[in-house]
Amino acid sequence: MKIYADNAATTRMSDAAIQVMTDAMQNTYGNPSSLYTIGQHAKEKLEEARSSIAGIINAEPREIIFTSGGSEADNQAILTAALNGKKKGKTHIISTAFEHHAVLHTLEKLEKYGFTVTLLPVHENGIVSPSELEEAIREDTCLVTVMTANNEIGTIQPIAEIGAICRRHNVVFHTDAVQAVGHLPIDVKAQQIDMLSASAHKFHGPKGVGFLYVRKGIILHSLIEGGAQERGKRAGTENLPAILGMTAALQEAVANMDGNNARMQNVRDHLIQGLSEIPHSALNGDRVQRLAGNVNFSFEGIEGESILILLDQKGISASSGSACTSGSLDPSHVLLAIGRIHDVAHGSLRLSIGEDITIEEADYIIDSVREIVAYLRSFSPVWRDLTEGKKEFIL
Amino acid sequence: MALYSDKVMDHFLQPRNVGTIENADGVGEVGNAKCGDIMKMYLKIDDDIITDVKFETFGCASAIASSSMATELIKGQKVDDALKLTNAAVAEALDGLPPHKMHCSVLAEEAIQAALEDYKSKAATD
Repeated sequence: MKIYADNAATTRMSDAAIQVMTDAMQNTYGNPSSLYTIGQHAKEKLEEARSSIAGIINAEPREIIFTSGGSEADNQAILTAALNGKKKGKTHIISTAFEHHAVLHTLEKLEKYGFTVTLLPVHENGIVSPSELEEAIREDTCLVTVMTANNEIGTIQPIAEIGAICRRHNVVFHTDAVQAVGHLPIDVKAQQIDMLSASAHKFHGPKGVGFLYVRKGIILHSLIEGGAQERGKRAGTENLPAILGMTAALQEAVANMDGNNARMQNVRDHLIQGLSEIPHSALNGDRVQRLAGNVNFSFEGIEGESILILLDQKGISASSGSACTSGSLDPSHVLLAIGRIHDVAHGSLRLSIGEDITIEEADYIIDSVREIVAYLRSFSPVWRDLTEGKKEFIL
Repeated sequence: MALYSDKVMDHFLQPRNVGTIENADGVGEVGNAKCGDIMKMYLKIDDDIITDVKFETFGCASAIASSSMATELIKGQKVDDALKLTNAAVAEALDGLPPHKMHCSVLAEEAIQAALEDYKSKAATD
């Protein structure tokens, strides 16, 4: 059995997106900036895509900027708010401890340039508290940036509440919605979002393309200087095939969202139930306020990378927050942020299931994980110490 | 390209000398759970020869494979020869490790050293 359960990392492209892209590469190769017919035809397609995406999140077409993906959109949004704030003497930014590194590393860079950053706690359930956020707002706060849904533990943040608070205090609100767009309903007006980042390959679109929504009235700063593309805010010839592929994928994802979520949630809950029966394990992140496709567990006494490689041998692709998979000595900052200690954070497993997952596949995953956890524990000195009472169980 | 060599995968999927030895002549444990790797080595030594060796490891695939390979390399060796085992020898026997995984072979070397030191200190007090 082959099961791809790492959809939070990337997704398989939708057939509709592939078809649209293939057609665009063959037939719509003109440069949208050219004035002759094939250039203008490309321009028309580009603007149709912009209108379609804007409509999906209840924005105006001119509020959508195409980018190379979520990371670029996050960088541009945060630097924009920081530069606009600095002009008014506002250099304080509020975010959370478990943002994506595209956000956290941009904030660290800004700290070197004199900005002050408050990272709010996300508590044991992985959800930021709107009241704590409101208390953290200062006179000189120029930006609040909180992700819509966490990429590792899938917890969904109270975005509309945060939007309302920010609007009331006249602070710009950006959300990294990379894990949410195409999976959760987004309405930038109702949720009072000022800036939003999205990435196509998280919703079955192509890699290397995304978009940034910026509410009109906010002066956007460009990261890439050059031509006048994207109203002069993002230079470089537009990647039209990718933009059209993204649009097709998003239309498809949104059209099927309710059905997909209901089906995935059912399988997700089945997985959570089955994996909970493994002794000394725990679900990471809130049980209810989480993405329909996200399951994240910690298993005490073992290390995550070993679990992944053994799962791969059984045809299951998944991910972990262990240090060995992060390329550093520390395990995932997300798991540490929800209070998991290092020992337990190393033994984590993220399954981000796809829309076509079946209960039978979930059962195969549960059986495989159960077998692998027991096997790795059978020769783990940590597990021995725990079972012999030399160390206390945490989970 | 695969993440690990066939040798690493072989020793990870079918680790040699897994387990413990009761009344071992030398036991060594190195690493810590905070960093994500712990290795424990058990030695049985007769007439200065390592007659049996077992390991338990908490860690990634390369840590488990390094432990397994290290036990194979010292089994049947004289204590003084086993003391000369280097992490480079472990890594080489595994047909190499990715650069950020070399510390796993260091840990294997240290675990063997710790078990041998334990044996020597026990022998000195006997």
